[in-house]
Amino acid sequence: MFESKSGIFFIAGIGFFLLAFLGNGAVPMLMYKDRHEQTAEEVVNQKVLNQFADLAERYPESFQAAFGEVSAEKCAEALRLGRQIYVGEGCWHCHSQFVRPVSNESRRYGPVSKSEEYDNELQRPVLFGTRRVGPDLSREGGRRGNDWHAVHFYRPRTVSNNSPMPEYPWFFDGAPDKPNRRGLAVITYVQWLGSWLDEYPYYEELAEVKSE
Amino acid sequence: MTASRTAATVHPTHEDLVDERIILCYYVAALTFLTVSMSAGLLVALQLVHWNPLTGVELLSPGRWRMIHTNAVAYGFLANAFLGTLHWVVPRLTFHKVASRSLSWFIFVAWQVIVGLTAVGIIFGPTFQDQPWLLDLAKQWHLPMNLGAQGVEWGETPFWIDPVALLGLALVAVNFMVPIGRSKGPMYVTLWYFMAAFVWTFLTYAMGNLLPEYAVAGTSAGAIGGLFIHDLVGLFVTPLGWGLMYYFVPILLKRPIWSHGLSLVGFWGLAFFYPLQGIHHFLYTPIPMFLQYGAVISTIAVELVVATVVINFFGTLGKKGSEFFTNLPIRYFYTGMVFYFITCFQCALQVTLTFQKLIHFTDWVVGHAHLVMFGVFSLWLFGIMTYLIPRLLRRPWYSRTLCEYHYWLSSAGLFVMFLDLTLAGVFQGWYWASLQPWDASTDGSQPFWITRVFAGLTMFAGLLCFLYNLWMTWRGAEAAEPSAGRIASVTA
Repeated sequence: MFESKSGIFFIAGIGFFLLAFLGNGAVPMLMYKDRHEQTAEEVVNQKVLNQFADLAERYPESFQAAFGEVSAEKCAEALRLGRQIYVGEGCWHCHSQFVRPVSNESRRYGPVSKSEEYDNELQRPVLFGTRRVGPDLSREGGRRGNDWHAVHFYRPRTVSNNSPMPEYPWFFDGAPDKPNRRGLAVITYVQWLGSWLDEYPYYEELAEVKSE
Repeated sequence: MTASRTAATVHPTHEDLVDERIILCYYVAALTFLTVSMSAGLLVALQLVHWNPLTGVELLSPGRWRMIHTNAVAYGFLANAFLGTLHWVVPRLTFHKVASRSLSWFIFVAWQVIVGLTAVGIIFGPTFQDQPWLLDLAKQWHLPMNLGAQGVEWGETPFWIDPVALLGLALVAVNFMVPIGRSKGPMYVTLWYFMAAFVWTFLTYAMGNLLPEYAVAGTSAGAIGGLFIHDLVGLFVTPLGWGLMYYFVPILLKRPIWSHGLSLVGFWGLAFFYPLQGIHHFLYTPIPMFLQYGAVISTIAVELVVATVVINFFGTLGKKGSEFFTNLPIRYFYTGMVFYFITCFQCALQVTLTFQKLIHFTDWVVGHAHLVMFGVFSLWLFGIMTYLIPRLLRRPWYSRTLCEYHYWLSSAGLFVMFLDLTLAGVFQGWYWASLQPWDASTDGSQPFWITRVFAGLTMFAGLLCFLYNLWMTWRGAEAAEPSAGRIASVTA
């Protein structure tokens, strides 16, 4: 058995693979199978809608050309496109989307991540991430204004000292106050992250950090 | 070994069995993609230290080229170099040709198209993402529909290439399983690993690229993603790599593997424990804790198995230890094994929840990945190429010195990069835990990142030595050094 073709093909090849898949993959799938997976339309909330409206107010011409009027439906469209940009540009390789219960992370970012936060279309495939060159973004929404994000995407070092983040001028029509459709979408997406929570700490306000 | 075997009248000759041209073609493709991958790595490294001269150019965005770096090394370099070498090893071990030579060439061309299109998708996809029909499809089916990279690490291959890649992997399995199936008598260790690898690679690719995209979202998709990252290394690269070691090491040392029993322990231990560990990539996530504990325990278990394999190979080396200094391919192989042992020892520690607190998300993990992908499997493949290319071209290496430079620059550069990134990871972990502003961690990483640029350039210089040496050997330049006898003996 241990050296025969059928033993290696069926037991090691298929058998052990399936065993591991059952243990590591099928168990969580079955545990969570009854949970409803929200669509992009269902995850639009008042907070992200306010940010979306703020974008329309702040960059009226760009917004008009990209999305027309502010509506929940258009916001869902921006979230979908924003997420596609976020994945395609590789943002998730330097920014994670989960807060761990260790290493003071809940003091820096806010509540530890819970499973239900990921039950939606925009976490397909899930964007936990494996590396943080920049900070975790799962509670980024609402921490900073849309204008900050626009300038930051255009040229990160303008607002963030010595940031190693690449520049994304192709999200704009030549200037940071002229975001294009991709730029508006990705800003909406980032402002959505964590907007489903009631509140979370703003760690720069912590006494330890302020005293620096 | 093989000379006496193939001379026997009952067995087909080497010329009947092996298509040497396809091996060379695979090696050229592999080295091309390795050059692309290392250039991409250099671009990202320069970005981190603010030296990127091409900043703000959309098609050269470091975010996109970071994925070219990993995908080109996994599917462009490792897969191509493995496939080429399999065309040498499998027919010679089984005494049977691959299923079909035209199928081999079809797979060769198809695989280059797949890897090339993956690169095209990753580079150009995001630029053309904003198409109304794409958004309509995404809205209608609630699917990601990324023209560019998929959101699965190591599985960024755009979704529209996945079915073709799966078909390619199935054809590869058929092409090599046929000679294995036809062979008579007990199977040699190498073939256990290969057979399992053909099954595992297909299943792993299908699981990782299809399930998180189409079937599950959220936490359970995270579990699948972790399993995929892990199985890609453990069930595709590792078994092919060790299978090749079980083949080439005894041939080069002209002595059998030390212990057959330990070979059995190594194979079955890997087969059982390795796939059980996927979730250890996402410790402290919302994935249920009992599953995380299971992954940690089986990870520690597999490191014990690895120790038996490494012991077996050092037993095989035995009193022939001097070969390590005189025989360059053997030196590549055993250096890789030492690095493998370091990788696995490190892994048994870093997988514990205690270490994870500090080092998860840091450059420690990046150092670990380079140690295993470059320090182990790339070095092994460099050794195999150093051994096979003179046989395929039927002439000695143009320069033994350049071969030596290739070895030293690659292994020394890699080792510096590994130590540097490991240390950087510890610093980053503590910067974050100390709740200093984020800038403290990126500023504090600069010395490490600058060192990394130069370590990477050293490895790149090694590759350039190899490419130049290969070019000169290929076009038939006279050996640059007088000691031709020594050159022949080095690679014999």
